[in-house]
Amino acid sequence: MIGLGTLLAKELSEQWRTRRLLVVTIVFVVFGVASPLLARYTPELIAMLATEEGLVIEVPPPTTNDAIVQFVRNLGQTGVLAAILLAMGAVATEKERGTAAMWLTKPVTRGAFLGAKAIAIVGVLAVGMAGAGLAGHAYTTFLFEAPGVGGWAMMCILLLLQMSAYAALTFLGSTLTRSPLAAAALGIGALTTVAIVGALPGIGAWTPSGLADASIAIAGGSAPDRLTEPVVATVVLIGAALGGSWLSFRRQEL
Amino acid sequence: MEPAIEVRDLTKRYGPVTALDGLDLTVPAGSVFGFLGPNGAGKTTAIKILTSLATATAGTATVAGIPAGDGEANRRGLLGYLDQAPRFNGWMRGRELLGYVGRLSGLRGRELRSRTDEMLALVGLADAGNRRIGGYSGGMRQRLGIAQAVLARPPVILLDEPVSALDPEGRRDMLHAIRGLAAHSTVLLSSHVLNDVERICDRVAIIDAGRLVAESGVEELLERFAQPIYRLEPEPSAVDALPGLADALRGEAWVSSVELSPGTLRVGVSDDPEAGQRLLAMVVERRIGVLSLERMRPTLEDVFLRLTGRGAREVAE
Repeated sequence: MIGLGTLLAKELSEQWRTRRLLVVTIVFVVFGVASPLLARYTPELIAMLATEEGLVIEVPPPTTNDAIVQFVRNLGQTGVLAAILLAMGAVATEKERGTAAMWLTKPVTRGAFLGAKAIAIVGVLAVGMAGAGLAGHAYTTFLFEAPGVGGWAMMCILLLLQMSAYAALTFLGSTLTRSPLAAAALGIGALTTVAIVGALPGIGAWTPSGLADASIAIAGGSAPDRLTEPVVATVVLIGAALGGSWLSFRRQEL
Repeated sequence: MEPAIEVRDLTKRYGPVTALDGLDLTVPAGSVFGFLGPNGAGKTTAIKILTSLATATAGTATVAGIPAGDGEANRRGLLGYLDQAPRFNGWMRGRELLGYVGRLSGLRGRELRSRTDEMLALVGLADAGNRRIGGYSGGMRQRLGIAQAVLARPPVILLDEPVSALDPEGRRDMLHAIRGLAAHSTVLLSSHVLNDVERICDRVAIIDAGRLVAESGVEELLERFAQPIYRLEPEPSAVDALPGLADALRGEAWVSSVELSPGTLRVGVSDDPEAGQRLLAMVVERRIGVLSLERMRPTLEDVFLRLTGRGAREVAE
């Protein structure tokens, strides 16, 4: 991993200077704040829609758990989208523009080149998730009964793990091709496949999709039905995608 | 002394296309080595293999004694490389790019800063070092490319068309700077501008269709392969007679090439003594008034055209 530190500094600097870090953090924080708000006011909005005489819609009063579910849904979707957008051009764009060739003729290994990019992407997602987690917890506490900090933090970590899986799969696509769009297609394809497999009984638990249910349970203070399976499956998936990226890239002609 | 670059029987195929066809090349350490060839001759492919950006189908290549292909020479900091169309991360500033390149090469602190300043001054970007690279012109990117390639003073520097985007003044300055690199590095310079190569290179290799056609010192190459050229400029009233003279010359055994341009005739000759006697006689026979008739010093361009044209096949055979 010769050159990893310097290349990582370059990648992090790029995330900051191209405003990606800022945009991702703002978007995540907005969704983090909006989630408890939506949970709190959605029942009232629905009640207001029932304007016809005699029509009564009974919605149970919202709880902290509703805010958690809303948070996981919103950040799950937004986070996966952000992960795909961040990873799609990470390698493909540099190959296409020719900048990868310049860096790879320096005293660096190809593993360090890929590693720096992967760490930077996860770093951006982690900063965004931290912002969303803090804002979401504060607003949930303001509107509802305060959720446990430990469970809430674990929920954020599991969501980050889920995003990282889709980022890793898109990253693999970005390494295999010279087109960011093709890489994004691979990421979206993986997302769709995981969603389909995740809906299957039994095997469905062995996908990143299972992390959502586990994180909701943990943040709500209860033990999840299945935690080990989705965590192991996601970590293996990330490892396989990054390993595949390295195998593909180490001898790739640029 | 061990050669800086040694290439033996290097072959590269892209499907049915053979880019390199058993190329042999030896670049002596400490030289500024011109690497010439027409478009598609395989120059860039050879350089990509030396930088480990591409792998050879067959054959071997070493850089500073280290086998090329697996990136070991890069990892050891033995190489500086400038692409023929250098591209950099547009969000960076020029000085910043050199900072990262320097740190990757092990430079730190004051040494890194002073070397960065030195390089920016060398390539004429001292005032633009703090500007975003995205706003640089093609010439500025090329200057920055030279700076990043030589910053860490690697023992071997590969420059692919290093001055193609520069204006005449910039070209002169950069060539002077490249010539100066020979003090501590070996430079392999690929260029289409043969005048540039002739000015700064000690040795030259000409390749065509992926094979070595000629390799030697510049003067030796000129002596060995350059054929004398006579340049005839007739009086304006005799210009119409030039095509007839050109046709007649083409039929002579001692004439190797005839190039007719408005108001001038260039005649390459394979038998100089014969040409000295016959050419002027043919001009007189046709009653062509002459403003000037001179025997020109052949240039590297003349050699290049001969070796990469029909003559190249003859030499190779």
